[in-house]
Amino acid sequence: MIEVNKQGEVWVFAEQHHGKLEDTPMELISKARELADKLKVKLGAMLLGDRVGELAVKLGHFGVDKVYLVEHPLLAHYQTSSYSKVIDDLIHKHNPQIVLYGATPVGRDLAPRIASSVKAGLTADCTDLQIGTHEIKKTSEVYDNLLFQIRPAFGGNIIATIINYDRWPQMATVREGVMPMPVADGNRKAQIVMEKVHLTQTDLALEILSEHVQQKKVNLKASRVIVAGGAGVGSKDNFKLVWDLAHCLGGAPGATRAAVDLGFIDRDHQIGQTGTTVRPSLYVAIGISGAIQHQAGMVESQKIIAINNDPSASIFNVAHYKIVGDLNQIVPMMIKALKEKTIK
Amino acid sequence: MAYNCVVLVKQVPDTKRITGQAMNEDGTVNRAALPAIFNPEDLNALEMALKIKDRFGGTVTVMTMGLPAAAEVLRQGLFRGADRAILITDRRCAASDTLATSYILSCGVKKLNPDIVLCGRQAIDGDTAQVGPQCAEKLGIPQITYVEELIKLDGKAIMVKRNLGNGWQEVKGKLPVLLTVLDTANEPRVCCAKQLMKCKTAACGPEVETQIRTANPGASDEQVKSMAKQQGELLKQKGLLIEQWDLDMLNADLQWCGRDGSPTKVHRIQSVVLTAKESKSVDPTQAGVDAMIHELIVDHTLG
Repeated sequence: MIEVNKQGEVWVFAEQHHGKLEDTPMELISKARELADKLKVKLGAMLLGDRVGELAVKLGHFGVDKVYLVEHPLLAHYQTSSYSKVIDDLIHKHNPQIVLYGATPVGRDLAPRIASSVKAGLTADCTDLQIGTHEIKKTSEVYDNLLFQIRPAFGGNIIATIINYDRWPQMATVREGVMPMPVADGNRKAQIVMEKVHLTQTDLALEILSEHVQQKKVNLKASRVIVAGGAGVGSKDNFKLVWDLAHCLGGAPGATRAAVDLGFIDRDHQIGQTGTTVRPSLYVAIGISGAIQHQAGMVESQKIIAINNDPSASIFNVAHYKIVGDLNQIVPMMIKALKEKTIK
Repeated sequence: MAYNCVVLVKQVPDTKRITGQAMNEDGTVNRAALPAIFNPEDLNALEMALKIKDRFGGTVTVMTMGLPAAAEVLRQGLFRGADRAILITDRRCAASDTLATSYILSCGVKKLNPDIVLCGRQAIDGDTAQVGPQCAEKLGIPQITYVEELIKLDGKAIMVKRNLGNGWQEVKGKLPVLLTVLDTANEPRVCCAKQLMKCKTAACGPEVETQIRTANPGASDEQVKSMAKQQGELLKQKGLLIEQWDLDMLNADLQWCGRDGSPTKVHRIQSVVLTAKESKSVDPTQAGVDAMIHELIVDHTLG
């Protein structure tokens, strides 16, 4: 069991594949920077791989103070057994107070294995992190400067704030797309700490026989405008309206889980609790009733237009522009309005 | 060779069917209004285990930790063809987080010494996907997460396809191993009529007691207990008693169980009330839509 260490650093796991850093751990850096500044400690990143030193420099540009660099040929490809062994050692050696992972397929495979081996808590899929104080009312014990691990639970119907005050490190995985990417500053430099590691073939529990990477058909996270359709759009054919408006706005088409399940559009376009979390400048919700699971994935949008023929649809609770009416009439009106504006 | 599989299952509230009544006024969850179901991806894990048994022989044991009511998912497991059902239930399990839960489950699994442990990737109430990997670590065996297809089992060698969301991977490992299974892995079989008839009366101890109490409203506690014991013996002979294990039977170290064994604590729970800061109603007319688009261009949301 690892004791509380108030001087401990804030760490992020800098997940990389084939020499390229993943987005989600990068998004984490700006938040982790904030936490480290508040706690007045250093921000560290664990970088594991084979000949990935260049990425350590890049992590410095993005605001990391210290990069724990672990290079070994057997770390070239991610495996639970080898990566968890190395990270377990690093945590025991340096005793960080916070360790954060992206809630990527790798992060969600790795973090629980480490939580179990270091016997620490782990909160999955956080959407926000803060530093705060917890008081146990019964005993009046006060714990300050704790990591508030904030996540939706129960299918998105409640927001839970989780803490761990007696067993550290405080660990969490963080959902993709909920935190902004940090801005690089070429003048910032990280101290690089080379960590030696002893690994043998027996540390690799599995043999990776083949690997196939499939790019997502749409990059929702990078889109400034998203036009999303729900079950109310009615059919795959009618979903053309969503595509057309998205095209007109230079945006990407998205969808609710219901619309995806009905086969209106591919699962890559799904927005919500399961699916992608987005925060575009403009989100147009067409024929979407606004299930809480969907709202969880889009409510951070700067402007939301909702079109629905049901005035009591809950999507209207989060919309900036509410249009109660038939989407088959409203969407063409919007397309017309946009075309005229561009001509002028 | 034949394989002994343990499938870890969970009874969960059906969070996909949440309606207005599911949330109390104060924002807490009204569990009574939510039907309890077999966690969907655990059914996929069970299906994979049953297919292994169909093909190679061996046994399938379903195991869960929960209140006696969770025996329902174990019965569902028996109806689908599991050979054995084990309920880990103990007051001292209460308030366990994922770390404590995985410790307790791993103590149960260790007693069975299986070749393959299977569980769903995640449960729909918490969506954490942590208990599988944490169990594997406690058991000291490799984990293979996101399994979509069992390609090959050959002696102690296992080959599977993993779906990583942005692609897939084929990996080879050695038994014993723990797999977490995706909903896309298979189509879970429905309850088999023959099994259903055979296992209809399967029950765990507390359930037997409740049944007897209801059937004999006049009986004293002692009488109920003695009748329940008899009935339990009878079920056991027929292989229909859902085994009930407590932490003592598991030789579990209490410091890793329940509240004491759980590093994570809840600081606060809030219900979700999402509202836009300022909102405008737009006329469903061309003029209304034109005005809105104009506004969005002026404030640089567009263009």
